[in-house]
Amino acid sequence: MNYSSNQVKPVLKGVSYFLAHVPSMIRHGSKPSREIVKDSSLLPSILSHLETFDQAVAYPPNQVFIGNLDPDDLLRIPSPWYKNPIPNSSRWGSFGEIMPEEEFYGMMKICDEFQLLLLEEGFLQEIALKLKGHPLFTSEDIQKLDKGVSLEQIEKGLSEEGTMPIYIQGDRLVGCLQRARGGGAEEDPNLVPDILLENLTTRASGVMALRHLIAKTGEAQEIDYLLGCGEEAVGDRYNRGGGNMAKAIGESCGCTRATGSDVKAFCCAPVHAIVMAASLIASNIFNNVVLVAGGSFAKLGMKFQGHLRHDMPILEDVLAAIAIWVSPDDGKSPVIRLDSIGKHEISSGSAQQAILDKLVIQPLDRLGLKLTQIDKYATEMHNPELTEPQGSGNVPRINYRTIGSFAVMRNEIQREDLDHFVEVHGMPGFSPTQGHIASAVPVLGHSARKMMAGEMENTMFLAKGSLFLGRVTQLSDGISFLLERNKGRV
Amino acid sequence: MQLKGKKVIIIGERDGVQGPAIEACMRSAGAEPVIVQTQCFV
Repeated sequence: MNYSSNQVKPVLKGVSYFLAHVPSMIRHGSKPSREIVKDSSLLPSILSHLETFDQAVAYPPNQVFIGNLDPDDLLRIPSPWYKNPIPNSSRWGSFGEIMPEEEFYGMMKICDEFQLLLLEEGFLQEIALKLKGHPLFTSEDIQKLDKGVSLEQIEKGLSEEGTMPIYIQGDRLVGCLQRARGGGAEEDPNLVPDILLENLTTRASGVMALRHLIAKTGEAQEIDYLLGCGEEAVGDRYNRGGGNMAKAIGESCGCTRATGSDVKAFCCAPVHAIVMAASLIASNIFNNVVLVAGGSFAKLGMKFQGHLRHDMPILEDVLAAIAIWVSPDDGKSPVIRLDSIGKHEISSGSAQQAILDKLVIQPLDRLGLKLTQIDKYATEMHNPELTEPQGSGNVPRINYRTIGSFAVMRNEIQREDLDHFVEVHGMPGFSPTQGHIASAVPVLGHSARKMMAGEMENTMFLAKGSLFLGRVTQLSDGISFLLERNKGRV
Repeated sequence: MQLKGKKVIIIGERDGVQGPAIEACMRSAGAEPVIVQTQCFV
């Protein structure tokens, strides 16, 4: 792109990834909770198939997610990966952290401004001690944990309809989340405990991702604008989905100068938000724009039936969150090329060929690049070990083969080279099945690291959204952009 | 299979072949789609 004198080149200044390991919350995930209502004998089965924290930390795809392994390292680890843990693995990664559920509940309590979450006093003392040693928690945070309540008060709270129990270690009761009260909340279907718990976990995981990003990228006060891009829908009966999760997260991270808003586009919201953030930088409106998305609570245990059927641990036991910092060119950080945007238009149609033509082929034609000139494609990065047991296939591989088939049709490769194309330009899926989190953006950190080291030239990020799930339109969605090694200021 | 005049139920998949794409094929073959859905497996 030819930037005019008043245009600023946007760069990816930093990215962070966070996992909260919450196996005891699997029972509250959308699919498990619906199935447990139909068959209560499922609960003991679920509880006997939970991973320990150490197992989650050593799980190879989780180590890739937080940056301690490269995605292609998974090609050399025999599957099933859960039977081949990484020795001496750490909860701390170069991109972020895997946090145990006890500590994560502490962050939920810190974010609980309406005293909806009750935690048992002894448990709170234990986690206060642990969080005092965590580098991203302040003394003000510890004060917000407060003193907690007795177990009797929690049990009494649970006698009220709809109150959600909070467990650790599968079935040890340590708290509950109550219904909101006052201002008509008692009659509000949007302020019931399961929705409030979803919102609270989204905020808490987003706060952790953003705190990690700030710790290694810049000062919180530098951030001008926050773009939320999660899948939650905060609001009451008059404004379901009103948002603004971005500001709620920023409030808990010292972003005192920032305002913000949320971008909604199902799973491809983060990539839409990257394009918007880069545009705000390029147009010189803001200097520092940060995207943040918390985890998808509803998707915990989404494929648990397949995991139980194969007698494997229920691996969808993490809430995943991301934060991404976009700023003006610093001469070194990877460049977000605004002349590379591919967009699925309303008239594009829903066939895979039509979608990928818009997201991949047309942008590359515009840039005068071949498919084989893109080092890596970042597409739907769902870990196949989570999806295949339930018959949902290897989603990244399907997408890579479709992209490769375009290369065959365009005579860039021979038909028999398709598998090689997938191996070279693709990568194994490693993301938790957390919807918007899995859609292309888990690769940002890995590509940025290689570009900064001069080991990679470019990566194309393409994300798809399933708009039809909301029963409003049959349309699909998708958006893409090219990230490129910074060749320095000219 | 002769599709002309048949009523069809279509269940597509987001990362495979989506419902409306199958619907277009069915209509061109003379079938009558009565339900068209696309599922997202992730």
